[in-house]
Amino acid sequence: MAMFGLPQWLWAIGVIVVKIAIVLGAVMGHVAYATYFERKVIGRMQNRLGPMIVGPFGILQPIADGIKSFFKEDIIPTNADKPIFFMAPILGLMAALASLAVIPFFDGFVVANINIGLLYLFAMSSLAVYGIILGGWASNSKYSFLGCLRASAQVISYEVPLGLSLVGVMLMAGSLNITEIVNAQSRYPGGMYITAQWLGFFVFVLSAIAETNRAPFDLPEAEQELIAGFFTEYSGMRFALFFMAEYTGMITMSSLAVLCFLGGWTLPPFVLKMMPFLGVVPGVVWFAMKLYVCMFFYYWIRATLPRYRYDQLMAIGWKVLIPLSLVNIVITSVIKMFLHHGGTP
Amino acid sequence: MINQVFFFYFSAVIVATSVMAITRRSVMHGVLYMLLLFFHIAGLYLFLNAEFISAVQIIVYAGAIMVLFLFVIMLLNLRDDIKKRQFIATWPMGLLVSSGILMIILMAMLTIKTGTQGQWGIAQIERLTHTVAIGTVMYTQYLFPFEVASLVLLVAIIGAMVLAKKRIK
Amino acid sequence: MVPCNWYMWLSAIVFCIGMFGFITRRNIIIMLLSIEIMFNGVNISLVALSHYLEDLAGQVLVFFIIAVAAAEAAIGLALVILLFRNKETITVDDLNELKG
Repeated sequence: MAMFGLPQWLWAIGVIVVKIAIVLGAVMGHVAYATYFERKVIGRMQNRLGPMIVGPFGILQPIADGIKSFFKEDIIPTNADKPIFFMAPILGLMAALASLAVIPFFDGFVVANINIGLLYLFAMSSLAVYGIILGGWASNSKYSFLGCLRASAQVISYEVPLGLSLVGVMLMAGSLNITEIVNAQSRYPGGMYITAQWLGFFVFVLSAIAETNRAPFDLPEAEQELIAGFFTEYSGMRFALFFMAEYTGMITMSSLAVLCFLGGWTLPPFVLKMMPFLGVVPGVVWFAMKLYVCMFFYYWIRATLPRYRYDQLMAIGWKVLIPLSLVNIVITSVIKMFLHHGGTP
Repeated sequence: MINQVFFFYFSAVIVATSVMAITRRSVMHGVLYMLLLFFHIAGLYLFLNAEFISAVQIIVYAGAIMVLFLFVIMLLNLRDDIKKRQFIATWPMGLLVSSGILMIILMAMLTIKTGTQGQWGIAQIERLTHTVAIGTVMYTQYLFPFEVASLVLLVAIIGAMVLAKKRIK
Repeated sequence: MVPCNWYMWLSAIVFCIGMFGFITRRNIIIMLLSIEIMFNGVNISLVALSHYLEDLAGQVLVFFIIAVAAAEAAIGLALVILLFRNKETITVDDLNELKG
């Protein structure tokens, strides 16, 4: 198949490049406006208006922020380990952006449809911690150091329940391919795995919040005690890169929640049976709506809950979430065994 | 052709980063070279159609073991250790020994005889996906070693905790 | 097509680099890193043989080796912390109390 006189492999590479450009553009736009959305939501929750000056209702605020951080002076601490100091934010953002490659935004639109999609996502989310650790270590400052020690302990602890909570989903779908997981959900009578995997979803939400270092588990940053923690010493564009990595991580985790527990771009079969006209709405709209709900949830609990103490955070991870996710795995596999084999293993 | 180019790229980077990792003065830089090494080894595994092993390589080595190393390095705060001598005085002897062993292994490889072909060809693995194939083998043929491995990990968890715990006086 | 032998040679080279690091460095953490390099050298040859012999046993073995490497790293680093707490050093040459 040669289209427009191009050989097939060149055509395939071109399609992938265009897909990457679309995904990056869409996600970067969402990252910029996620900050605006967050400030507006939290402002309203605290009885304020949020940003109002730049543009109508402050709608141009993210652009102003971007220009400001781009032109700010880039300060490097004297005793910093310079190569690592330069590399850390880029590494963090790279890991966050690389995980977007396996996320299908609607049916068939995914950069790399690989069979080990979920494992790839775990791998990339475990790399996100390197940006934090290296940034904090290279700054050679006490606040950064404390922040990155906390972050590394927190992220490696919460990666375990994050992975284990999705094992239930993998068992139900029988696949690690994310597109396949969504298709399996549309065949499942409940339509969304959250109905059967509510325990897994609960564990997943808590560990996703801890994994992305958001309130109430934002101890690595903790403005009030650590002065932004691991990126205290960063300024200008490098600070903005860390910021972008954090918000991209939030978007990735929200899309993972949508894809694995909330049915992705599909609607539950019984809803489509009751209201068949909803079937004409493109899948990406449902995906985006579910994604925005998840993002709103992030902001909502940030505005509502106070920060946990560090020992409480670790206790929740190891003594509550990991046992709960193991219980979930056992229950799911026993039920699956009874449904498929009638009780004989 | 393109296979060989990729193989040469991966193997060159693997050898270079492993040499860099063991010769760096700063432990932190050594760990970062190791990170690069693990990525290229994972790439090599993908090249050998072992996608599950390659993902596990990144998750366990890069995501857990190296983070543990970084964590310990930060905990110890070794900034003045860099000034000490890094190699033992008789390091040429070590070079001689290890290159001698390399020669022995390479010579042994000349006479290597491989066993019979198994039943898991590429077509078979692609039909089932690699994860299913390796899971099937692991949970049927190798179930007992798998349980032993979990016991080893349990011992390691408890042992690490007992060893590193601060004695309360 | 890449011949199987190339992978074996690569694996031997990586293994010997790791061994060189282990027997010549004085820093315990780098010595542990060298052990990981040696593990990885062995893993390359196992995965390559498993691919060329069309038998998954090699890859299952790699899986177990990775598990053992994780256990080894956890115990080894706990020992390093213990050592640093008692001796304030992680250089093996400073640990010479048994010297006659």
